[in-house]
Amino acid sequence: MTLLTFLPLSALIVIFALGVILNRHPIRSALCLAVTLFLLAVMFVFLDAHLVAALQIIVYAGAILVLFLFVIMLLNLEADIPQRRRRNLTIAATAAGLVFAGVALRPFLGSDAGLPGVGMSGPVPDTFGTAAAIGQRLFTHFVLPFEVTSVLLLVAVLGAVVLAKKKIG
Amino acid sequence: MVPATYYIALSVLLFVIGAIGFLIRRNLIVMFMSIELMLNAANLAFVAFARHQLSMDGQVIVFFVMTVAAAEVAVGLAILIALFRHRETLNADEVRMLRW
Repeated sequence: MTLLTFLPLSALIVIFALGVILNRHPIRSALCLAVTLFLLAVMFVFLDAHLVAALQIIVYAGAILVLFLFVIMLLNLEADIPQRRRRNLTIAATAAGLVFAGVALRPFLGSDAGLPGVGMSGPVPDTFGTAAAIGQRLFTHFVLPFEVTSVLLLVAVLGAVVLAKKKIG
Repeated sequence: MVPATYYIALSVLLFVIGAIGFLIRRNLIVMFMSIELMLNAANLAFVAFARHQLSMDGQVIVFFVMTVAAAEVAVGLAILIALFRHRETLNADEVRMLRW
């Protein structure tokens, strides 16, 4: 991936991410989020993470976004009323965000020299990021977290059903 | 080739946008979407580091992050539905029973 593709792609990602938090209507926020997630999937493809890119579209842009849109339409939310200006809060949040960005980026300023690893320009093995390779890693080295994940999903399913139920018992 | 630093910068930017959105918006659903933005920023950093080190562990972690995000959204939206049923509102300022 060259700068010529990276910069427009990241600019689009940032614009649509801003659209998520600045749109007054939740539906528009959700649609902006869909575009952001899709563009991130494109970014993952350029980073040789093919399975992750596919999962990103299926799980995020598919399942999670549909859930969001479904709830927004189910609750029939209208646009937020433009309430009293909360300029102070916005300024404080933005300042805090910029400070955080500065602190988080400080170790990475300059070149990649400090980062361990082979770098972005070297050749990539054919199996890198494929379903077979990730599955192998997942079912050997990460098999315990994988099993814990299944418990998490079970609890989430039960919790969602119980919470959304009208009357229990 | 784009250095890894650029991806980290984009990831931090996305995370900060999500954090600011969480702080300035009062609509609980939009706050939820901001959390998703932050999770995705972390995913981007993981994938970039995985590529930089040519190690697939980062991509496996992304898999787990997605699972946790899906579980979180399912439970969170169920809570929002229950909340809306009781209070007829999704404004975070109007839900103050557990605040001091």
